[in-house]
Formats: sequence, C-alpha cells, structure tokens
Amino acid sequence: MALGPSAPARRLLDDNRRTLVMVWIMAIMIFLTVLAAGLGLGTVHAATSLDNELAGRLTVQVVEADTAARDAATAAILDRLEGFPGVKRVEQVPPERLNALLKPWLGEAGLDADLPMPTMIDVDLSDASDAMVARISAIARQASDHAVVDRHATWLSPVRDFLTTLMLLALALIILMLIATGAVVLLAARTGLDTHRDTIEVLHMLGSTDIQVARLFQRRIALETLIGGVIGTLAALALCWFLQMRLALLGSGAISGMVLEPRDWLILAAIPFLFALLAMLAARLSVQRALGRTL
Amino acid sequence: MANIVQFENVGLRYGTGPETLSDVSFTLAAGAFYFLTGASGAGKTSLLKLLYLARRPTRGVIRLFGEDAVTLPRKRLPGFRRRIGVVFQDFRLVPHLSAYDNIALPLRIAGMPESEIEAPVREMLAWVGLTERGRAKPPTLSGGEQQRIAIARAVIGRPEILVADEPTGNVDPAMAERLLHLFESLNRLGTTIVVATHDFHLINRVGHAQMMRLDNGRISDPTGLLRHPPRRVEE
Repeated sequence: MALGPSAPARRLLDDNRRTLVMVWIMAIMIFLTVLAAGLGLGTVHAATSLDNELAGRLTVQVVEADTAARDAATAAILDRLEGFPGVKRVEQVPPERLNALLKPWLGEAGLDADLPMPTMIDVDLSDASDAMVARISAIARQASDHAVVDRHATWLSPVRDFLTTLMLLALALIILMLIATGAVVLLAARTGLDTHRDTIEVLHMLGSTDIQVARLFQRRIALETLIGGVIGTLAALALCWFLQMRLALLGSGAISGMVLEPRDWLILAAIPFLFALLAMLAARLSVQRALGRTL
Repeated sequence: MANIVQFENVGLRYGTGPETLSDVSFTLAAGAFYFLTGASGAGKTSLLKLLYLARRPTRGVIRLFGEDAVTLPRKRLPGFRRRIGVVFQDFRLVPHLSAYDNIALPLRIAGMPESEIEAPVREMLAWVGLTERGRAKPPTLSGGEQQRIAIARAVIGRPEILVADEPTGNVDPAMAERLLHLFESLNRLGTTIVVATHDFHLINRVGHAQMMRLDNGRISDPTGLLRHPPRRVEE
C-alpha cells in the first residue's frame, strides 16, 4: 500500500511540535526504565554472587577456655574435615588475623596471650544442604562440646532479603514504566486523531482503510519512541557505567557484586526497540479502535 | 443504460432533529450527467453525503453499484469509496501537502507505486491549468485554484461516479465554463456526473444533462422522474 513509508505519506501527519514533545517524554521514560532495569540486573548479579559466596560457607568456632583442650579440639576437627566428602576447603583462621579483627575493640592491651580466644575454622562446602551442615556440626560437637557452627548465609540473610526487595522494586518500576508508556502512546494517538480529524476524514472519503490510517500513526509514534528511547538509553547507560565505576571503588563484597556483564548491556540497549514495538502496537490498536467507531 | 445508483424512500435525520431528507427516491443511470439543485438548506449536501457514503440513511434503501449500501459492512466501504470521486464544497484539501501531493493522494491510497504516479498527476495538473502550481500548498492558492486541485484529486482515480458539491462556487464564469468542460469530457469517458449547484447558467449549458430539484428535503418532482433534457430555467 502506497501510504507507506514514503516522504509524502510521512507528511500527511504534520505536527512537528508534538513530535518534539513526544520524543522528550519517551526519552525521560525510557531513561528511567533503563536505570531501573540496570539496577535490577545489577542486583540479580549481586544476589547471585552473594548466594554463591555464602551458600556453602560456614565457620566452626571452638569456644574453650582451656588452651590445650581448645587446640586439641581444633586439631581434631581439622583432621576430620580434611578430605571429608562434600568439604571443598577447610582452614583455621590464623591467630594474627583474629588479633587484627579484635584490635579495634580491645586495643593492644586486650591482645594478651592469656586472654582465652576461640579458634575459628573456615569451611567451604560443595554441598550446602542442611543435612551436610548437620553432619559438620556433629563432627565439631564430637571434638568439643563448646564447638559452634555458624552458617554465613544466616548472618547475611537481611542483606539477601534487601537485595530481593531491590530486584522486586526494579521489576515493579519496569512494569510501571511499560504501563505508563502504553498510556502515553494511547494519549498521543488519541490526540493525534483529534488533531488530524479533517485529514483522516478526507483519507476515508478517498477510500483509505483504517489500517492505512493506523499505519501513519503507528509509524510516527514508533519513530518518536525510538528516537526518544535511544537518547534516554544512552544517557542511562552512561549513568550505569559511571555508577558501576563508583561501586567498584567501594570494595564492599555485596555491593561490588552489582556489576553489569556484556550481556546485560545488550539487554539494556534493546529496551528502546522493545518500547518502540510496544508503542507501535498500542498506537495501531488505539487508532483502529477509534476509527472503528466512525463510518 | 443500467442504473448505477438507486434511492428508495430514503430519509436522513441528524441526531434527534427533524428529517433533513424525506422519502427521497430516484435512480441514476451509468454514464449520465445530472444536476442537483434546490435552495440553500434544501438538503443537497446531505443527499450527496449519502451518495458518497459519508453517512448512512436513517431509513430507506440505497443501492450503489448494484449492492445495498445501507447494510454494507464497514470494511467494504473503502472499496466503494474509491469508485466515487468527490469534490467537496469546502475543497477539503490537506493544507500541509502540496497541490501535487493532494492530487496524488487517491492513487497512493489505492496502492499505486510512486514511479507510476507522477505522469497522471502531471497530466491532471495540466488538465486543470495548474502545471506551474504543483509545489504550492493550498493556503497559498486562490479559491479557484484550490477548487481545481480538488477537482483534479476527485477525478484522477477515474471514478465511476463523480459527485461535486457547488464546484463552481469560487471561480469566475470563464473558469466555471472550463470546469464544466472538464466534467463533460470525463462524462464522455463514461463517468456518471452528479453536480449540486445553484448556477442555472451552468445547468443550461449542458444540453444532455438531467436535473433533479430538492425542496425541503424532498425531490420536488412528485413522479420521481428526472427531466431529460433539462428544462431551461430562468435565473
């Protein structure tokens, strides 16, 4: 059909001022969407990284006042866990590191050799099931009644919950933006129909079909969304990149896991095209529906 | 000649107002030339709107090209409208398109490739004497020039029926005569012409034309027959 993407067909809807407004609205909306999606993807990576890091990690503490008994229990636990099926790594935390951890609270005076300090053993598991943790606990208890097993996942579960909340928030924002974009497109299409009522009536009288008229609108709205979307996406990607650089400088385990991988950048770059498609469909349906109510 | 249009007891009412057209019955033969006349407000434009499918009647039967136009599904209307050329009283040119693009519109709507559009559009521009004004936009054209562009747009698709509402209302007598010749030449090619006009001089110029008159929304000839040849009418 020749009311296609030719220059004369494009000129049929003449509203440059509205086009500019629509482009900027779309730029802002897609900027926010890409940011939300970037936050969501980054959070997914942080959560995954946290899961991988914590899921199979635990610390065995031997809280024994008697140094000889504590050392014997520690040695027994290390001996039992070395090569135990499901245990990837077992290592006693060096006393120097414990001292370094305690120094800010106890000062030099607190690091007295007579002060009873618990020993700590880091254990990495390949199987992080509850049954496996229970077996490790049983081994530790056999060696000492004062042995305590801490799962790292338990300590950081509030952080994990917070990351889950962030992911859900990002998802909700994206859905909200999609709905808002659809609403803006419907509004733009209806305004366009009102603005161009006379032209559309002439087109109808000359034998134009609803689909031909709808294509004029859907093409224009898709183009405006795409131009605005590319502007918004470029700005949002630049901001994501900047934030990623800043996060890396923080050196915090959980937060520095919020990195975007090459695949994520591609997903974010695809968002304006997705929105343009959505806008095109919404415009087409809206215009066809409105025209269907006329003769 | 076969009938191309048939109206039977057609009535038209806008909203809850009185009937604008009442019990209108007539037939139009394919290839004939008709004038529709009557006082302002008699219902000429309303009748033409029914003819070019801009409205559906509130009652009665309209048959167009042998099919019932009243119950015609909406999706079939475009196909029928492409067979009817319309010259609107207010021209209805698309103001931001050039004269050339306005004339080309029916061909583009019909799906003609761009490469095949230029020649007929140039021919039409020459036909209406506006070869040099092809790039001009309607607001920069005089009323008469706009009217000629509207006529060129109406006839470029070689319609089976040409409906013109006061087509000479904005032109001088010489141009009116020229436009009439355009209509006659189109009529000779087989197009049925229906011209609504107050211009009795124009009506008397076309010897073979038939005339129907509307008075208060009714065809004034009680027999429903159209006169042929038209009676000479004094201004």
